[in-house]
Amino acid sequence: MRRDTLTLKVLIHAISLTLLINVYYMAITDQLGADPVEYVLHFTGIGALNLLILSLAVTPLTKYIKKPFLMQNRRLIGLYAFLYALCHVLSFWAFEIQFNLALFFEEIIERPYITLGMVAFIILVLLAITSWSVVKKRMGRRWQKLHNWVYLAILLGGIHFYWSVKASVTEPVIYGVIITILLFLRKRKFLNS
Amino acid sequence: MKKSISSAVNLPEHSVTDENVYLARRTMLKQLGFVGATGLLATPSHASALDWFSSNKDTAQFKTTPLTFKKGAPLDETLTPEAKVTSHNNFYEFGTSKSDPVENAQQLQVNPWQLRIEGECEKPITLDYDQLLSMFTLQERIYRFRCVEAWSMVIPWIGFPLADLLKKVQPTSKAKFVAFQTLYDPKQMPGQASRRMGGGIDYPYVEGLRIDEAVNDLTLLSVGLYGKTLPPQNGAPIRLVVPWKYGFKSIKSIVSIRLVEKMPPTTWNILAPNEYGFYANVNPNVDHPRWSQASERRLTTGGLFARNRIETLPFNGYGEQVAELYRNMNLTKHF
Repeated sequence: MRRDTLTLKVLIHAISLTLLINVYYMAITDQLGADPVEYVLHFTGIGALNLLILSLAVTPLTKYIKKPFLMQNRRLIGLYAFLYALCHVLSFWAFEIQFNLALFFEEIIERPYITLGMVAFIILVLLAITSWSVVKKRMGRRWQKLHNWVYLAILLGGIHFYWSVKASVTEPVIYGVIITILLFLRKRKFLNS
Repeated sequence: MKKSISSAVNLPEHSVTDENVYLARRTMLKQLGFVGATGLLATPSHASALDWFSSNKDTAQFKTTPLTFKKGAPLDETLTPEAKVTSHNNFYEFGTSKSDPVENAQQLQVNPWQLRIEGECEKPITLDYDQLLSMFTLQERIYRFRCVEAWSMVIPWIGFPLADLLKKVQPTSKAKFVAFQTLYDPKQMPGQASRRMGGGIDYPYVEGLRIDEAVNDLTLLSVGLYGKTLPPQNGAPIRLVVPWKYGFKSIKSIVSIRLVEKMPPTTWNILAPNEYGFYANVNPNVDHPRWSQASERRLTTGGLFARNRIETLPFNGYGEQVAELYRNMNLTKHF
């Protein structure tokens, strides 16, 4: 492994994990304001979206600055996006719904914005479990087809965020613009398929 | 379900974090850049990415003063710690995230203040700041406070019944509703000056009650909480508290109370009529379009693992006193 690849990998691990562990530590010790549950949900949710955006920015960025080693980190960033999304869903079930499984499924089905979020999450689960190199080799061409679903996942994630806010839509709109740009950069790919 | 709550809320006094310690810890974390650093990667709505454009100034805290009041009947539920009551606020005039008001409202000028009570009444009056605090014997009321966002608190308010004030102005027979208005002052309230910061709401914030709701004994005009005058993030110098309705009915920093003949417009109803009705009675059977109202999370002490989800009661548990007001109404339609 090249040295800059390694440095970047260590950095990605360090930042993603530190922030995640820190937020749970602060939440457990009641240091995140009046409603630690809400804080954790927002943190992990937007964290997942940020990481997903970052993972989709890798390819265009690599082409632009011509640093192929960046590509070596794309999968890792994607996997952290999945980890944050997993924490988001589990925190919702454990701390918001407080382990009431019936209510958990009821909310997923009845609230359109949660339904969308769940679909995005299921896509991320599929991408994560097929992320091993071995699986990738086995799947051949189907792997790429499956992993193109990430574009749908990020779109649904963005809408999920937009629908979840009560009044001020500035932040989700900014996310929407960034997501649109990232998808627009791949318009040739979409047109050819 | 009840069992799990009581174990979480029946904490001994010594396990409650002292307010000063709590605030000092927040300040220290901020200085260490912890809160800011977490915002780098993920931006929870508390610490929004956009906050980076507004300076996080550490200005002097608003000074509250102790009040003299008649002690209220205790409620068999643990009070929400004062630090949480005063740091978790929806007051979009100062920003849309829960921590914005405590940061941006400390400079609000509440003295001098003018509260006009006018409209369909014989004797309209204008109260100044001192009169707000001295015109009536102040009493403490410990109420459950249920937000439409499905969290709740237990708060020791201090104030006087709105009915007492309305009696003074002698409403005419035309007075069917009461319309309230929050201070409009974009210079002091940055959310009113910027649509982005104010959540796209058309200010001033307005609310309303039917006259029989307004004169119900539970309906309080509050001038304080936890033994002291209100801090601005909680609606200083005077706010409404209607404990059987969702929190957004409890309009803050009131400058005008108007007795009117027709149902007045209300801010959240204008913004999203399918989500927020005029009545806004707490009702576990009528879901908000985006979440269930059947249960709520009580904010007390304890962190992430606090088992604080409880069932929501019709009229927030005040049905005995207020259900009669809605006897012939379909509350699914008039939500």
